[in-house]
Amino acid sequence: MDRTEWPLWEVFIRSKQGLDHKHVGSLHAPDAKMAVQMARDVYTRRQEGVSIWVVPSEAITATDPGDKPELFEPMEDKIYRHPTFYKLPKEVDHM
Amino acid sequence: MSNAHFEYVLRLGDSSLVLGQRLAEWTGHGPVLEEDIALANLALDLIGQARLLLAHAGTLGAGSGKEARSEDELAMQRDAWDFRNYTICELPNGEPVSHVGSSRDYAFTITRNFLYSAFQVELWRSLEASSDRALAAIAEKSLKESRYHVRHSADWVVRLGDGTEESRRRMRRALELLWPYTNEFFAEDPLESELAAAGIAPRSATLAPGWKRCVESVLEEATLGVPAATPFVSSGKRGVHTEHLGHLLSEMQFLQRTYPGAQW
Repeated sequence: MDRTEWPLWEVFIRSKQGLDHKHVGSLHAPDAKMAVQMARDVYTRRQEGVSIWVVPSEAITATDPGDKPELFEPMEDKIYRHPTFYKLPKEVDHM
Repeated sequence: MSNAHFEYVLRLGDSSLVLGQRLAEWTGHGPVLEEDIALANLALDLIGQARLLLAHAGTLGAGSGKEARSEDELAMQRDAWDFRNYTICELPNGEPVSHVGSSRDYAFTITRNFLYSAFQVELWRSLEASSDRALAAIAEKSLKESRYHVRHSADWVVRLGDGTEESRRRMRRALELLWPYTNEFFAEDPLESELAAAGIAPRSATLAPGWKRCVESVLEEATLGVPAATPFVSSGKRGVHTEHLGHLLSEMQFLQRTYPGAQW
């Protein structure tokens, strides 16, 4: 394998108010420890977060954009799948 | 007394300022994008420290009947002989060969960062107990930054030291060149003795054991070994500098000196 670039890592950051780590971008790094450090330098310059996850990009399996029609569009016209027709009694209607 | 106090804080502020300026020279020239940003972040941390320290120093001059001096005036209007930074901070980013314009070598830069930030960690830790409460507060904040600087540079020292033949050769060379400049950190002079007696600053020699432990363990992991001791002691903190500082200051101060008091 011809490598002239370091492996690519995807970076996820959890902000102070957040519960979930959000994807913020990617970077090249030689190994996991360096990847976390670089993510700290590249993606948290403006107090964006309190927790960093890095994942090698090759570990991520993603959907093919070309498959969008068959994977996602069928949901759009099946409103009977959504829980929007049930009216909550006033006493519990704060969800 | 307040003059010694003023000078001591200047040593710390000037060192951060000068090293911050050196690291800023890497902007746009980093070996990879991520390190370019990392070095810029480190430079900004150091300049932040310099601002706090020089602003504090400026208020200390006021005690001896002189007007308080602003951080800008101290940073931009003094000439090389008035600067009190440790010599290691003013060395170029690569081998100190004076006829070369701007020497740039990552091994040199990262090794210098490592040796100096490891010293800063010991210094800030000790200054948290300073009788100068403003200085203690600056130390507490700066300690977090310097801890990160040590982490960042130590990781690279290990990877470059225990890396390829070329990286190892360049790391060894950088260590060899920089090691003598670390003696200045621990060579106590009358100014430091005076301040240690007043509880403002630590005795420099007491910072050595912690520094050695940290540095030696990283160098061992990097399979680089520790260079031999030399009797050489640089003199930057006493205002006697190498030719490199003049060039650095001319670039840094040019604008402010040409248009004094300019604002935008």
